[in-house]
Amino acid sequence: MVVILTDTCTPFRLVGRSHVLFVLVPQPPIAVWLAELDAWVQGSQGFFGGKPLLLDLSKLSPTKPELVALIAGLKTRNIPIIAVEGVDPSLLDSELPPLLSGGRASDADEMAGVGPATAPAATAKHPPEPTTLLLDKPVRSGQSIVFTNGDVTVMGSVASGAEVIAGGSIHIYGTLLGRAMAGVTGNAQARIFCRKFNAELVAINGLYATVNDATSHLCGRPVQAWLDHELLQMRELN
Amino acid sequence: MGQVLVVTSGKGGVGKTTSTAALGAALAQGGQSVVLVDFDVGLRNLDLVMGAERRVVFDLINVIQDRAKLSQALIRDKRLDNLCLLPASQTRDKDALTEDGVARVIEELQSNFDWVICDSPAGIGRGAVLAMQHADIAAIVTNPEISSVRDSDRIIGLLDAKTEKAKIGEHVAKHLLITRYDETRANSGDMLQIDDVLDILSIPLLGIVPESQEVLRASNLGSPVTICSPKSVPALAYSDAARRLNGEVLEMIIPAEKNRLLGKLFGRRAA
Repeated sequence: MVVILTDTCTPFRLVGRSHVLFVLVPQPPIAVWLAELDAWVQGSQGFFGGKPLLLDLSKLSPTKPELVALIAGLKTRNIPIIAVEGVDPSLLDSELPPLLSGGRASDADEMAGVGPATAPAATAKHPPEPTTLLLDKPVRSGQSIVFTNGDVTVMGSVASGAEVIAGGSIHIYGTLLGRAMAGVTGNAQARIFCRKFNAELVAINGLYATVNDATSHLCGRPVQAWLDHELLQMRELN
Repeated sequence: MGQVLVVTSGKGGVGKTTSTAALGAALAQGGQSVVLVDFDVGLRNLDLVMGAERRVVFDLINVIQDRAKLSQALIRDKRLDNLCLLPASQTRDKDALTEDGVARVIEELQSNFDWVICDSPAGIGRGAVLAMQHADIAAIVTNPEISSVRDSDRIIGLLDAKTEKAKIGEHVAKHLLITRYDETRANSGDMLQIDDVLDILSIPLLGIVPESQEVLRASNLGSPVTICSPKSVPALAYSDAARRLNGEVLEMIIPAEKNRLLGKLFGRRAA
């Protein structure tokens, strides 16, 4: 929804926009939940990538000091919270993230109060987010690398039973034995490149392929995969 | 302070216990003091492979639970007096291992021995994680076949994430020990080639131990292969691996059994 007020000499724009936000739902006891979060983040490096998140406190009902400590704790993990929900508004002050309710709110009046007050401040504070994740080490079996902000470059191999999930393209300078999923945020332009192809599965924008009779000749070769009109194509790189 | 070496693999039956015994004996034959610690609580085997099964009185769990002193539980080898064994308990399970208890035992062993070698149980459960917990060096035992290689890869990931060294931002030195290697089968494509394994795991090679009757015979005799037949090909491979653990740079030889030439000749004639 875009409202353009053209009567005045300096046009004032109010823009309603809906974003998909990740929501974190902490469960008591909070120390255990944070430890689990740490363990999970360790297994999926770069998953949050500094992305803003919504904190759903309905399961926690924290006191004010607990809430302040929790948000500070998440901030030190580079997980910025832009808003909270499911908590008594009287707990919140100007230091804490604003309250969000109703889930899909896109009312222009409400946006006028919430949007411009927080969004520009947030972008001014943080440097631009990196759009490439570079991994110097091989991705080991059982590891899952999730980076929805952009491309992932792996300098080593991606082992059998490992997976790389990227919002953009995936570049693998070793052997791809596991899974590579590119363009998971709806990017049909994303591609997958690897120096030696032996993948269990490749996918772009949700369309996937496993090695079959038509593609088995590519095994052991340098390969790129891309989407051509909703069809996953693979060809030897030369 | 002694160095802590974990012998691990993820997959079972690849030769962890055999390699622990052979590497430990080879290091002890080189003059260093060595203790072998069996972490396979509930399924202990190291005592059998070392031929000490009738000498076990107290075990690792007794020491962890303060029911026995470390000196009471240690079994000194009859062939090499600078080689000791700390057996696991056969009647308990891995839950009997505690983080604090393991830390205390390893620290005490480190101040008394040059090498503390932890024989990890198979799998990625509590026992395997506690066995690698305090490691400075890891020997990852791998057979040249895809299931073993993938499990080893998983274990390398755990070594990079769950050890004490990883938690303080350092790295456990990881070395690949290829066991049960059969050159003829590798060449005929029945087995992965050494290069394929190295390509996937990308860690330095500690040694290549061939598939051999000598190893089987040694296990059944309750004697590490480096003691029982020191001139055999697998014993030489383990001895070289032990010297590499001490920082020596040796040329890597892909071992062949002495009758290999004959075997090849016969093989050709038959074909």
